[in-house]
Amino acid sequence: MTAGAHETTLGLDHRKLAMWVFLGSEFLFFGGFIAAYLLYLDTTAGGPGVEIFDIPFTTISSFVLLMSSLTMVLAHHAHTKGDMRRMRLWVLATAGQGAVFLGGQVFEFNVFWREGLIYGDSPFASAFYTLTGFHGIHVFIGILMLLGLYSLTLTGKIKPGQPIKTEMIGLYWHFVDIIWVLIFGVVYLIPELALLE
Amino acid sequence: MSANPETSAPQADAEHDEHGHHPTPRDYVRIALILAVLTLMEYSTYVFDFGGLGIPLLVVLIAVKFVYVASWFMHLKFDTKIFSRFMYGGLALAFTLYVLTLIIILFASATGME
Amino acid sequence: MASADTAKRGGLMSRPTAETGWTSWLTTTDHKKIGILYFWTTMIFFFLGGVEAGLVRFQLAQAETSLITEEIYNQMFTMHGITMVFLVVMPLSAAFFNYLIPLQIGARDVAFPRLNAFSYWVYLFGGIFLYSSFFLGGAPNAAWVAYVPLSTDAVSNMGFYAIGLQIVGLSSLAAAVNFIVTILNMRAPGMTFMRLPVFIWMSLVTNFLLLFAIPIIAVALFMLQFDTIYGAQFFQPATGGDPVLWQHLFWLFGHPEVYIMILPAMGIVSEILPTFSKKPLFGYAAVVFAGAAIAFIGFGVWAHHMFTSAIGPVARSAFSLATMFIAVPTGIKIFNWVFTMWGGKLRLNTAMLFSIGFVSMFTIGGLSGVTHAIVPHNAQQHDTYYVVAHFHYVLFGGALFGLVAGMYYWFPKVTGKLMNESLGKLHFWTWLVGFNLTFGPMHMSGLLGQPRRTAVLPGELGGTVEIYNLLSTIGYVVLVVSSLIFITNLIKSIKGGEPAGLDPWDARTLEWLTDSPPKHYNFGTIPTVTHRDEFWHRKYAEDETGTPVAVPAGGSEEHDAAVRDSEAEAEEHIHMPDPSYWPLVMTSGMLPMGYALLYASIPLGIVAVLWMLVGMFGWIIEPVAEGDDDEPEPVPAH
Ligand code: HEM
Ligand SMILES: [Cu+2]
Repeated sequence: MTAGAHETTLGLDHRKLAMWVFLGSEFLFFGGFIAAYLLYLDTTAGGPGVEIFDIPFTTISSFVLLMSSLTMVLAHHAHTKGDMRRMRLWVLATAGQGAVFLGGQVFEFNVFWREGLIYGDSPFASAFYTLTGFHGIHVFIGILMLLGLYSLTLTGKIKPGQPIKTEMIGLYWHFVDIIWVLIFGVVYLIPELALLE
Repeated sequence: MSANPETSAPQADAEHDEHGHHPTPRDYVRIALILAVLTLMEYSTYVFDFGGLGIPLLVVLIAVKFVYVASWFMHLKFDTKIFSRFMYGGLALAFTLYVLTLIIILFASATGME
Repeated sequence: MASADTAKRGGLMSRPTAETGWTSWLTTTDHKKIGILYFWTTMIFFFLGGVEAGLVRFQLAQAETSLITEEIYNQMFTMHGITMVFLVVMPLSAAFFNYLIPLQIGARDVAFPRLNAFSYWVYLFGGIFLYSSFFLGGAPNAAWVAYVPLSTDAVSNMGFYAIGLQIVGLSSLAAAVNFIVTILNMRAPGMTFMRLPVFIWMSLVTNFLLLFAIPIIAVALFMLQFDTIYGAQFFQPATGGDPVLWQHLFWLFGHPEVYIMILPAMGIVSEILPTFSKKPLFGYAAVVFAGAAIAFIGFGVWAHHMFTSAIGPVARSAFSLATMFIAVPTGIKIFNWVFTMWGGKLRLNTAMLFSIGFVSMFTIGGLSGVTHAIVPHNAQQHDTYYVVAHFHYVLFGGALFGLVAGMYYWFPKVTGKLMNESLGKLHFWTWLVGFNLTFGPMHMSGLLGQPRRTAVLPGELGGTVEIYNLLSTIGYVVLVVSSLIFITNLIKSIKGGEPAGLDPWDARTLEWLTDSPPKHYNFGTIPTVTHRDEFWHRKYAEDETGTPVAVPAGGSEEHDAAVRDSEAEAEEHIHMPDPSYWPLVMTSGMLPMGYALLYASIPLGIVAVLWMLVGMFGWIIEPVAEGDDDEPEPVPAH
């Protein structure tokens, strides 16, 4: 029973409200893994630690993900204008940048692994891979949603008059991006400064 | 669609109408540019030595980036306050609980009295 | 909406239509039916949890004897705890949320009916997954708190725990989002926050607690799962991991969790006591405020479960203080309930007796809770039967008494019939006696040093402790008899209970405005609310002295058009959500998913993911009924 927003008590769309409620709770999820990571920053059991990070590389992939938020919001904007051609273009661009980011993560994991950062070797390794891995899964789900959005506009299931659907996926996407802003700073940059000085 | 009050606007836009100033693509691009510059500044802490200022600077940069994405791309600036409460409420709760936990753990092990 | 209509009729993707018969239950999206499904499922799990408790009790009936092996014993107390917490009390509260929230706020359903069905099925499959462990190498046996490093050892079978609770948690999280949106956004016109029934308030608070606590346990469970199954090192001291991290994460969730279990019951009792005292709830605002305060402070006291772990003296003092503070709002509530009854015209029927039982037993549990908060005491009591006594007084004497009171109170609403009162009273008194006989002596045996989670009662504790244990076991038998009385009453009353009439209790809240059982769409006309206790105010006015007098237009007993729900708008404008197969299809993928994670099987994982994706795809593209799809036809703007 998704009533129009004007009929609801708060005048808000149910789905959008639900998305925000859910996103609020996600901080508790990522926060837990970030806390564990910080706790184990130094607990490398003789294996590699934060010095293994390739900051220039991660800066670029972080930047790509950040810019995907721009294309996402442009997709939503195009949808509100009913310009579905442009909307689809931006959606694909967003998914594409997400894929680039994910590809970068897979590459990074591979390199780290070869350099000796093995998942089960130290609390640091477990915490790092688990945290960034869960973020990666979130990005992956986001890409699936974007591709779903793309195809459903083609079949006519999602209509030009329904920008809320793009907005919802956009909210999720931006949120995942925001989490990466935190991770990039707190997991990569700050420890790199703090521990390697 | 906010420019077309005559169309039967879907609810998402009806809201924006109330606030009047829905950002334009130009605004979004401007925000993205700012974010790009901020990211570059973050990167600079890796390249140059800011001494003791490095970490505080990074914290500020992260916070500013966070707020920009939330306010503009997630429209918090233009939407109802309730959404902001969920976003920042969740963040504050997570921050408080986990920081406290870390403090307790580090304190307990640092004093080594157990 | 022509397109939706044609699509609805057409072929493969058409939606199910059955309104009766078993398919109607499998595909239902009706909050009332889902509530009933929750209810019966919890009854089954209650039976299983009860059997496990029985084995524990018989094992401990005498010292130094052994009925079951230690291995079985460990599985029994572990599965008992998991079952009662996650598969009985929480979902039983969810049954009440489902059935009552839309009715009490004057809505026709929850915000997301299919997501609601999703929550139920996920819960069911999570429960089945957990119980399948008995056939797949043994059930989890490292206690419901799953302390590492024991729990990450393969002998503990905690993989089932980590993944099973994750699944059940998903159900709660989805439900929390759903109920929060429903309560915030679907209230009848005029139903302001300060006019909400207290049960709705407590539901809102509980669901916020769930919303923020579930992700924490999700983190903990993932770490446990990865440590146990995939060799991660989160809690492994050998490589520098910290076992205490698990305790923190568990109790960060665990303490809010105890309020998740008690607040719904508090809400229920806050509805029943005023009704049968013929008085409004004393200090409505204080009760609501105290509920919110409990939730808030409840996030800040987790380490009181860890006073004997390595947290340091500063944390001990701080958490001790915070814990004593939390007794204040709890005390406020207790006083409010007592003052509600004070000077009222009490009707001591079964629902009321259980509510009074709730207040008294919960008070005892709260008092022993405060003794735990005193650190030196705690060191003495921790991990003894005294703690077992405490949490059974709050969970059984509290949460369960309240929930049972709710069953008696709303049975007429759900079935249109009354439950048998004499059997009900017999149930209450045997339940009260059995409960106190079982758990009262545990205070004593615990203080005399009987440890928790120990398979054989040590003879060295002496004869007194043995007698206490024997009493406990006898109490268990009384409880079993009492439960049988309850089930008999339930089934007899469903089959042939007296017709309840529309307003058997002279009730106060909106759900009694409509038929019993309520029609599919709940209200023909959505009521407009002008008062707290709206239904009461439609029936009674107050004279100059403040005494309620029946409104001439609608006596409390005979209801006429002014009081009852009107069918004026019905049929034409009401579009209820269609049933759907997809929640069931999608969530059944949880089982292969669970086993794939458990056995680290990638092929099975791929099957499970595809299975759920297909379910999700069907969910998204199945036609939505008219009125379900709010969006207007394409109006491309320029
Ligand atoms: C006045 C309020 C309360 C206070 C001050 C309080 C305090 C405590 C403390 C300090 C402990 C730890 C004892 C130990 O293991 O050493 C404890 C255990 C426990 N409490 Fe409470 N409590 C209160 C209310 C409740 C309520 C309302 C519930 C549930 C509905 C509850 C459920 C539990 C459970 C399940 C445990 C045992 C956990 C375990 O070790 O398995 N408590 N309580
Ligand atoms: Cu507690």
